[in-house]
Amino acid sequence: MNLDLTHEQELIVGMVRRYVREEILPLELNLDPDADEISSEDKARLVKKTKSMGLYGLDIPPEYGGPEIDLVTRTLLAIEMSQHRAGLYAPCYGTFGGAGLAQLFEATDDQKERYLYPTLRGEKRGFFGLSEPSGGSDPARAIQTKAVADGKDWIINGSKLWISGADKADFGLVFARTDQDKGRNGVTCFIVDTDTPGFHVRRVVHTLRSAHYATELQFTDMRVPSSNILGEVNKGFAIANDRLTRQRIPYAAGCIGVAIKANEMALEYVPQRETFGAPLSSRQAIQWMLVDNEIDIKQSIWITLEAAHKANQGLPFRKEAAMAKLVASEAGGRVVDRCMQMFGGLGVAKDLPLERWFREMRIRRIGEGPSEVQRHVIARELLGSSLR
Amino acid sequence: MPAVRLTKPWLPLAPTLAKLGGQLGVFQLADEDDNIIYIGYAGGNSLFGLRSAINQATSDIPTAAKVRIEVTSAYHSRFKELLMVHKADYDELPVCNADINIGKLSPN
Repeated sequence: MNLDLTHEQELIVGMVRRYVREEILPLELNLDPDADEISSEDKARLVKKTKSMGLYGLDIPPEYGGPEIDLVTRTLLAIEMSQHRAGLYAPCYGTFGGAGLAQLFEATDDQKERYLYPTLRGEKRGFFGLSEPSGGSDPARAIQTKAVADGKDWIINGSKLWISGADKADFGLVFARTDQDKGRNGVTCFIVDTDTPGFHVRRVVHTLRSAHYATELQFTDMRVPSSNILGEVNKGFAIANDRLTRQRIPYAAGCIGVAIKANEMALEYVPQRETFGAPLSSRQAIQWMLVDNEIDIKQSIWITLEAAHKANQGLPFRKEAAMAKLVASEAGGRVVDRCMQMFGGLGVAKDLPLERWFREMRIRRIGEGPSEVQRHVIARELLGSSLR
Repeated sequence: MPAVRLTKPWLPLAPTLAKLGGQLGVFQLADEDDNIIYIGYAGGNSLFGLRSAINQATSDIPTAAKVRIEVTSAYHSRFKELLMVHKADYDELPVCNADINIGKLSPN
């Protein structure tokens, strides 16, 4: 893997860096500290801008109209896009668009017409419904939502927890057990319209993350046609697993971006702030915090870029993606924590974004598979799949 | 499961305002007949938390007679939830709330 950025990568990364500093950061001065949305006027104006930059819909494959940008470069851009207050869960407030639910690229032509293309055009929104009150890290066993065949339809009953965006979605991917005895080979993925009778968003789940909240869903005798099965019956686990693996790279990139920004703020602050007649930067305790930040950030960047590089080459990258998610989420938490310490009281106030990053970064060690599950994935790759 | 609706008793506006602290949180304003007419929040940018946010809201809404509050640091998600619950219960937002982008809940 070549560690140098190409000239083209430097140009694109620089362009996005300027965009964040000139367009996003000024907007945040007037937003609530926990905001995750900008006004529709601002969003329309900025989407026009990212389209003119040729960077809208970065994660959409070129054959579906997305820009032809490799995964390593997209990871570098994701690191840049998260370098603002809402950057962890609303990078650039969605002004670079997205692929929506990437699993739909494997859908049937009819499903693409009904769900994928409207999503790409920004006309429909989807959610990903995997986790349940019984757990999310072990979907093969934790899924208790049941789907029972009834003629050409399926009747779904059960509930989902920690689901983002379901209250505003037009449809979702819902994973349900279709064979009680087959473990991971008994799970099917259904595309469910949110106006289907029996579909309910029961409540908002309040967490450390006040913006971009999660919801709890309940399905009561929800009838879904067989034509809405994504993939094949009892083959849903592979769809879920593929999504979980791929999602770990941008998830890691977001943590890195916030860590970089927090560290930048600290580097700017400590030479100015004086204690006992000398700047904080002259204190070894502070210097070592900055050194540890630098090491944490560098390690996270290279491990994450290696994962992106392997995925880009079409090589197995499950272990590398798990390492990236594990290292970047834990390192990001340490970096933000050290920066708060250097800022003292100001670090815990809502005046600075550190307070929000601290809360949201804590979730990153749990969301998309907690650190312990990432270690389990890595151990399984090292020791073989027979490891339980 | 925590209650999604704000079910605390209504308090008379003037004496409550005099005693309010500066915490962050959400609030509802009602008219004399206990009809919810506004849902608001005191966020991180509010000068004195709920005290200043409710003062500001009531100066814009002269028909407000009663208030009830919930202190919470998750004011952003709770505010959205209360708006969605109101819309689910009454098929519209409170009369003094501007139309904003919210999702759809079907609470029990």
